[in-house]
Amino acid sequence: MQSATAQSGTAQSMRDYLVNHLREYGLLFALIAVMVFFQITTNGTLLRPVNITNLLLQNSYIVIMALGMLIVIVSGNIDLSVGSVMGFIGALAAVLIVSMGLPLMLAVVICLVTGGLIGAAQGYWIAYWKIPSFIVTLAGMLVFRGLSLWLLQGQSVGPFPREFQVIATGFVADPFPAAWGQSLAVMFGERNVNVLALLTGVVAAGVIVWLGVKKRARNASFGVAGEPFLFFVIRNVIIAAALVFITFKLASFRGLPNVLLTMGILTIIYAFLTENTVIGRQIYAVGGNEKAAKLSGIKSERLTFLAFVNMGVLAAAAGLVFAARLNTATPKAGFALELDVIAAAFIGGASMSGGVGKIVGAVVGAFLMGVLNNGMSIMGIGIDYQQMIKGLVLLAAVIFDVYNKSKRA
Amino acid sequence: MQPLLEMRAISKTFPGVKALDRVNLSVAQGEIHAVVGENGAGKSTLMKVLSGVYPAGSYDGEIHYDGELAAFRSIRDSEARGIIIIHQELALVPLLSIAENLFLGNEITRNGCINWHETTQRTRALLAKVGLRDAPTTPVEKLGVGKQQLVEIAKALAKDVRLLILDEPTASLSEADSDALLQLMLELKAAGVTQIIISHKLNEIRRVADNITVLRDGATVSTLNAATDQITENRIVRDMVGRDMENRYPVRQRRAGAPLMEIENWSVRHPDFPDRHVIKNVSFNVREGEVVGIAGLMGAGRTELAMSIFGQSYGRDITGEARINGKPVRLHTVSAAIAAGLAYVTEDRKSLGLILEESVQRNISMANLKAVAKNGLLNEARETQVAEGYRKSMNIRTPSVFQQVMNLSGGNQQKVVLSKWLFSEPAVLILDEPTRGIDVGAKFEIYGLINELSAQGKGVVIISSEMPELLGMCDRIYVMNEGAIMGELTAQDASQERIMSMIVTKSEKV
Repeated sequence: MQSATAQSGTAQSMRDYLVNHLREYGLLFALIAVMVFFQITTNGTLLRPVNITNLLLQNSYIVIMALGMLIVIVSGNIDLSVGSVMGFIGALAAVLIVSMGLPLMLAVVICLVTGGLIGAAQGYWIAYWKIPSFIVTLAGMLVFRGLSLWLLQGQSVGPFPREFQVIATGFVADPFPAAWGQSLAVMFGERNVNVLALLTGVVAAGVIVWLGVKKRARNASFGVAGEPFLFFVIRNVIIAAALVFITFKLASFRGLPNVLLTMGILTIIYAFLTENTVIGRQIYAVGGNEKAAKLSGIKSERLTFLAFVNMGVLAAAAGLVFAARLNTATPKAGFALELDVIAAAFIGGASMSGGVGKIVGAVVGAFLMGVLNNGMSIMGIGIDYQQMIKGLVLLAAVIFDVYNKSKRA
Repeated sequence: MQPLLEMRAISKTFPGVKALDRVNLSVAQGEIHAVVGENGAGKSTLMKVLSGVYPAGSYDGEIHYDGELAAFRSIRDSEARGIIIIHQELALVPLLSIAENLFLGNEITRNGCINWHETTQRTRALLAKVGLRDAPTTPVEKLGVGKQQLVEIAKALAKDVRLLILDEPTASLSEADSDALLQLMLELKAAGVTQIIISHKLNEIRRVADNITVLRDGATVSTLNAATDQITENRIVRDMVGRDMENRYPVRQRRAGAPLMEIENWSVRHPDFPDRHVIKNVSFNVREGEVVGIAGLMGAGRTELAMSIFGQSYGRDITGEARINGKPVRLHTVSAAIAAGLAYVTEDRKSLGLILEESVQRNISMANLKAVAKNGLLNEARETQVAEGYRKSMNIRTPSVFQQVMNLSGGNQQKVVLSKWLFSEPAVLILDEPTRGIDVGAKFEIYGLINELSAQGKGVVIISSEMPELLGMCDRIYVMNEGAIMGELTAQDASQERIMSMIVTKSEKV
């Protein structure tokens, strides 16, 4: 009898926990559900190694920009210019490298610095003159779209030299002896296995689980009722399994794409920056309540300015990846892409009013959109329906947020 | 006589918390009924149940209104029956005129168009009832808080109110405005409007209330009748906190050391109207271990003075000298002010003091993140320890330091703000209305804290509109009016009358 009540008590607390954290679980399960759905409807094409590689390459520039966008949104702003800035930097890279023949490294540095300057120019008006970011970056969107057209004289410029294309389309060489890969290939019945790729996945999964356990232990030591153990296990098993699964697929194709490495490293850096540093914490404070943050000695103007500088640099990086992937710079590059980037941040749980949002959420949000795009394209669904469905997904995610909040209040 | 309202055995549970536990409330026709209790005692929840914010079915118990069982599903339902609640945070649209606000959502129309003629006439009549003489076309933002409160009441009257609920109506009013409001309540009572008042100000309650219901921890403790019971403030306080509270201002060993902060010839211009001086040549000082009060009416410039000193957070063209420990300091930014040893606890904790969506822990560390970080990297374990320390020492009532501060009651929120500033290790604390809108128990704790700070040799400046508080707590009191210091009184010389007369006589002379 007593154990029955105890059990219903834990069930109750588990349900409470689930209700309070529905958002985080919801995002993870939505991604899984969408992948399973398309895996079935595309007869297994979705998770074929070549398609997974493709999916990562296709969404890399959105993910890179989503990192910066999340910070901008957390600080209580928005950046509508990123698509245009990305296109403009691609054009600049083409002119510098293809037309002028500048050394690659120099051209890349010039492009990133230009991106930072563009961010600084916009951030200056937003941070120090208090002009709404919506307006400043709307203007920026038009200006840089025009500048790319002018720079390219309306033409496409390309192709880029091989060494530049590698940024987007290259793979990390496997440093391990070929014999290891071959024996693994025999073991799993594949043609080839890239040891580095597989190892990276296993190590990453291990690190994530280890960090999770550490955090759990810390919470427990402060007597905080954390995630129910069952959920903790399920969540970690899913994430670890997914990581190993994906890297295994990659390993059986051509290994780790360079962009995945770039994306992965950037994601880790920004996740760390936002969650574990003073500056990251202060950005959340500014977005949460700027007046209170200012009265606590936080330099809100400077942080807003830096958020935009950072966004500019990341948009430039995305522009380089995009140009390298297409192997040409076109005046239309990046058109309307800012909407995908902003959508990724909001699907990932960022709040329009600022102060709320996580880097990992934005990355998962970007991939959710990416899988939708990819899956629907493989199924042969027309671009008309694709747009409608993506729009509804964004709306649903935000409605879900608002509903959740109102239910808890 | 049958009561107008009878709430029987109302219980309301939130996940994990029992906010109301079989509360009874009976309000007679035509009376003013006061509901008092500490923050978190359940007063607001009870009123939300009554007004339909929590719809019928989401609580247990029965509401009998006007002789029948009522089941309100929304505020609209309860308003249709003449129950109108005026919240602490006023719900007026600042840019619309008085007339537009009065009939908002309830417009007087003819053929679908607003009938401005009748709107204006009815507005005039309503304004006359509440004693306002402003033009119906005046935008509400041009009115002071006191007048806005009266507009809210006029708005209720426009809806044919039968039961008017006032939630802390005088919390942000000056003494004169509060007085006018209480007078108006008595007039409305004479006109037959039944009223419920929620307030922390016991003297006001004693003045207007016919019956007093005391809530504690979500339950009804007692209902006192002004005519038959011997009602003293001590009696009410005892019921509220569940124990006797002999002395509302804890005693302190008074001692004042060397001058800690000196402000000289401080002048500030209005941020939007540079030709207006908001602060005129103000000089004052605080000594080590001293508690100094700044008295004055609403709009006397006290908050503006404090904020202009604290990192030039208010005003422009700030001139004057600030010295800390005898050395001149530049206080041009908030971080410079914090580094110089200042802390400013704002009067508006919700919009200026806290990030409501963030946790207790993150709010406490916000002004001194350096102390929980190394080379710019946060040490969250250390941060949690710090927050836990304040949770215990300040007696912050929260399930954990990871709780969002918006879920805390007003008094506990204020303790979080105070913790934040204590953690920044200031030499001088400026406390702006430190006990506004918080209950007697938490007030007492905050007074105790102020004494503790003074015992540590810190200087404390209290800005308060509650004169008994200043008289009970301070060693010296500066009296401010219209941006200037009118005079200075020592604790022995000060009295409410002397402070008021200083404000009145000197301003006539100016």
